Amino acid sequence: MNKLKIILNGIITENPTFVLLLGMCPTLGTTSSAINGLGMGLATMFVLICSNAVIALIKNLIPDKVRIPSFIVVIAAFVTILQMCMEAYVPALYESLGLFIPLIVVNCIVLGRAESFAAKHNAFDSMLDGVGCGLGFTIALTLLGSVRELLGTGKIFNTAIFPEHFGALVFVLAPGAFIALGYLIVIVNKLKTK
Amino acid sequence: MITYISIFITAIFVNNIVLAQFLGICPFLGVSKKVSTATGMGAAVAFVMTIATICTYLLQKYLLDAFGIGFMQTIVFILVIAALVQMVEIILKKVSPPLYQALGVFLPLITTNCAILGVAILVIQKEYTLLESVVFAISTALGFMLAMVIFAGIREQLSTTRIPKALQGMPIALIVAGLLALAFMGFAGIKVG
Repeated sequence: MNKLKIILNGIITENPTFVLLLGMCPTLGTTSSAINGLGMGLATMFVLICSNAVIALIKNLIPDKVRIPSFIVVIAAFVTILQMCMEAYVPALYESLGLFIPLIVVNCIVLGRAESFAAKHNAFDSMLDGVGCGLGFTIALTLLGSVRELLGTGKIFNTAIFPEHFGALVFVLAPGAFIALGYLIVIVNKLKTK
Repeated sequence: MITYISIFITAIFVNNIVLAQFLGICPFLGVSKKVSTATGMGAAVAFVMTIATICTYLLQKYLLDAFGIGFMQTIVFILVIAALVQMVEIILKKVSPPLYQALGVFLPLITTNCAILGVAILVIQKEYTLLESVVFAISTALGFMLAMVIFAGIREQLSTTRIPKALQGMPIALIVAGLLALAFMGFAGIKVG
């Protein structure tokens, strides 16, 4: 398979958020602002690339019966590494993402890619797949975060676009997450049918 | 006593696990097309969540804290939950076939339900006692079930209405969930104790 195609596949054709609708919890829970969305996306991408690479390397050593538990241990190890690094170097982001960092372990995207791609391809291709899916996820989260931040407070990445009193606070709160994501998927569906 | 009532009300209504904390969205959106399956999933989650919280709480106190290896939390918890789900499945199959019939199909899905791991980590972060943790787990699970059943009821009605093509399926479900979350925000003012 063409290397570029593997990356584009994750970003467009199999975009984890807009097309496959996987990993909804972090998508909704961490996108109250563009910067949080971007941070969560990059954190997931790191775990995705590392776990995909390692799983592709050790796939022949693992007996088929304990495949899933072994994958989960690999993923959990990288999540722990990520947790420690984030706590040390970006404590503010670590605080605001909170519970969702350890919950990357149960993100269906990570386990899904391990099972459907890394278990069948070589390490380099698997890493590329991790980059592609990670980027797709990051773009989706940043987009949703920007939309919610703009509608809620009139800013994107803390840069004022329009005065704050025009913002509808509900978009930063829980209901806005569901509604904004719903309409973003509508737009994607509309674009797909054209 | 008042602490337990406060935890109970807060976990079900004010801080509903799905609609306010965004945990367990996958089963919430995935298996909520019919009220009966939603109830089954809710019951299975309640069952596993309570047992898993007790196990992980004891492990944290007597293994991780005792030996000062708190950083292993994520790995230990997820493995315990995965093993536990498997075990519950085997035991239920043997001991209570009718219950297995009702909950069986949902059990494998629960391992990757982030609400279970989320609650296990939350009770440690909130520094609850064992009894408080159990109350928190049960009421969170009830809150999950409540949200699931209401949502499934709305979706059953929704399946007979005509919706624009681009909105069909997931988008309309998300928007309905958003309105439901908006309704639950009305509980935000409640304070017990």
